[in-house]
Amino acid sequence: MLTFLVSAIRLGMTFLLGSTGETITEKSGHLNLGVPGIMCVGASCGCFVEAVYLSTVPVRQEIPLLAVLLPILAALIGGALMGLLFSFFTVTLRANQNVTGLAITTLGIGISNYIIDKADDYGRFARATKHFTAPLVGEEVVEWFEEIGLGWFGELFLSYGIFVWLALAIAIGTSLVFNRTRVGLHLRAVGENPATADAAGINVTRYRYVATCIGCAIVGLGGLSFIMDYLNGQWEYCVDTIGWLAVALVIFTLWRPILAIFGSIVFGALYIASSRLTTLGVEMTLADKELFRMLPFAVTILVLVVTSIFSKKNQPPAGLGLPYFREER
Amino acid sequence: MSKTVALECRGITKTFGRVVANKNCDLQVYEGEILAILGENGSGKTTLMNMVAGIYFPDEGQIFVGGQEVMIASPKDAFAYKIGMIHQHFKLVDVFTACENIALGVKDKGRYKLADVRKEVVEITQRYGFIIDPDKRVADMSVSEKQTVEILKVLYRGADILILDEPTAVLTPQETAKLFAVLRRMREDGKSIIIITHKMHEVMSISDRVAVLRKGEYIGTVNTTETDPTALTEMMMGKKVELNIQRSEPVDPQPRLVVEGLTSINAEGRRVLDDVAFTAHSGEILGIAGIAGSGQRELLEAIAGLHKLSKGTITYMDPATGKEENLRNKNPLQIRDLGIRLSFVPEDRLGMGLVGNMDIVDNMMLRSYRKGKGVFLKRKAPRDLAEKIIEELEVATPGATTPVRQLSGGNVQKVLVGREIASAPSVLMAAYPVRGLDVNASYTIYNLLNRQKEQGVAVIFVGEDLDVLLELCDRILVINGGRVTGVVDGRTAQKDEIGLLMTKSTTEEEGAE
Repeated sequence: MLTFLVSAIRLGMTFLLGSTGETITEKSGHLNLGVPGIMCVGASCGCFVEAVYLSTVPVRQEIPLLAVLLPILAALIGGALMGLLFSFFTVTLRANQNVTGLAITTLGIGISNYIIDKADDYGRFARATKHFTAPLVGEEVVEWFEEIGLGWFGELFLSYGIFVWLALAIAIGTSLVFNRTRVGLHLRAVGENPATADAAGINVTRYRYVATCIGCAIVGLGGLSFIMDYLNGQWEYCVDTIGWLAVALVIFTLWRPILAIFGSIVFGALYIASSRLTTLGVEMTLADKELFRMLPFAVTILVLVVTSIFSKKNQPPAGLGLPYFREER
Repeated sequence: MSKTVALECRGITKTFGRVVANKNCDLQVYEGEILAILGENGSGKTTLMNMVAGIYFPDEGQIFVGGQEVMIASPKDAFAYKIGMIHQHFKLVDVFTACENIALGVKDKGRYKLADVRKEVVEITQRYGFIIDPDKRVADMSVSEKQTVEILKVLYRGADILILDEPTAVLTPQETAKLFAVLRRMREDGKSIIIITHKMHEVMSISDRVAVLRKGEYIGTVNTTETDPTALTEMMMGKKVELNIQRSEPVDPQPRLVVEGLTSINAEGRRVLDDVAFTAHSGEILGIAGIAGSGQRELLEAIAGLHKLSKGTITYMDPATGKEENLRNKNPLQIRDLGIRLSFVPEDRLGMGLVGNMDIVDNMMLRSYRKGKGVFLKRKAPRDLAEKIIEELEVATPGATTPVRQLSGGNVQKVLVGREIASAPSVLMAAYPVRGLDVNASYTIYNLLNRQKEQGVAVIFVGEDLDVLLELCDRILVINGGRVTGVVDGRTAQKDEIGLLMTKSTTEEEGAE
């Protein structure tokens, strides 16, 4: 059970990064369906830079800090560039957001496949994964808990690598920015009613560009966390599936990053529930497993239906998906 | 009064594509005065003011604030010159509270603290005599409260020049009086106020001077005390116009539509219609007055078969056979199948009335597509109808195949009303049919309604301008909070009387507060 929970949390943090990034984007009024593609790009950029870095230093002599920092920067930049592309199309060229988003998804998957094949030319990046998954609080602390007989506590709360803490910090930070700062107030206004925000002297274009780029950078980071943390550096061509779940999580948690912390763990648990049940002795075909992985989507639809029936307050930003052009009449 | 010029526009020109919205406009506002800008719809009043407020940027011309030429490229620039505009369509974020909306876009130094904003807002409300709860969410506010928030917003930013775009269009006479009292207090405080309106009596009562625009051009400015409504109308129209509605006596009125005990409860459990009862007679125009959102829309939709009712009957008396039919809970198609010719001009023209992306011919067909046999549509009849409407109602359009979306508000309305009248209705319901229309187009619509009345149609007219209701309608039904608070005679009733009925509190309302 403990291993199951720990896995759920590790996977969940990928969802959390993805959904926090997308929430920031959506709060600005951008419905970015490019999340799966951007996750792929973030993941592959990170892996590529890692592979290049490892190829320049002798085996096992890489500096841990650089081995962690360089891929993270690459993932952030990769994601942000995709966000820039999305904003350029939807804000500057006023293209339809849904169509642009889907195009970004396809494009991102393609780009990431190319990059990851290139990364293979430089050798394997999996070697560096231990720098990401090593407990951030220090190996000793976890061991100490084990010695005093609270091993489960150390395992469940402290055994995580950098990504889990990063995801939590970003989610909490984002929530504070949304609700406690002027920037957050302005961002929410831009997403709710861009014309109002514009009339109030808020630069809608800038807010949308910046929020989308920051959001997409975080989404890209989420992609890297999936490969480097959850999959221990083994590339799998399923990052985009995780991306769709991150989009679903935004809706599931009603555009609130704090709720997303818990939601992401639920999603993580549901996603890996099938494997857990198999180890418990429940017989399951491959098809059954896929059915299980669908559960988060089913739950999301349920939440969507329930909230839109009963609650007027938990609604998406009113301006979500709508282009804004000041002189339109 | 000191005669310092606060704001001056010189030679402002603005075009949208090939449409000239403003041409060479001049304007002067002094400190401590109220200037009214008068003009028909489409005369460029709002566009001109939007340029002062930084929403649009002029193609040509100069703007001076306090004697210095300024460049106002965005609303932010306008605030920097202490210019604030209260738009006709409120620019508020629904999910924010009054305070949050007021704090929006203000770049104070120091930390962002809503409590400080709140304190200052309360101070301003006390100084000018506003009544508002700063922590109320905009979504829960009445129209007049929303307007108060808008005004507070610009005052909070320290605006000295306030522009109000048709502020009274959505207010009751009592609320208007309150607003004017506040505006006068601001004038005493030395602020310059520009008020855009096309209600003549308001111009006469509130303004010090009147600037008149016509078709985007500046005609002139006159002192209010030295002019009168007739002269102003002449300036506005460029010619002498007779603006009166020819109201004839109803001929042989017979009950056509009898509504009894209509009750409807919305999703939030509020009674949007509460025991509504009235009779609409043939050959009569029945007006419906009330504050926006008092149940007018639900009432008409219920009759048209578009709104679910929990109680009540809608009885239609067929003039030919004398048969009675209950229309409750029948959909529009079932109503039509009964041979009842019910026409409905909804307030949301391009949402419920017409399809914006379709042309006039196709929109005609929306009403008749079930006619005719065969797989393919026959376009001949609707095309003839479209051409007839364009000609008779003087619809300004490049042709019958122009998407309706591209027409101006007045022309869209003419198309819609034309189509509804073409089906020779026995009951004609129109919700705010002149909203956003200029004086000429409005009178065209009034005359159309009057002609229908003379032909024995029972006309139900939902309006917002009490002066028009009193001139046009034979009887006026006043509703408030979904309840009928009175029925008055259109020929003898006074405006104040209707205004009181519109705001007469009902037990329901107080229970909900």
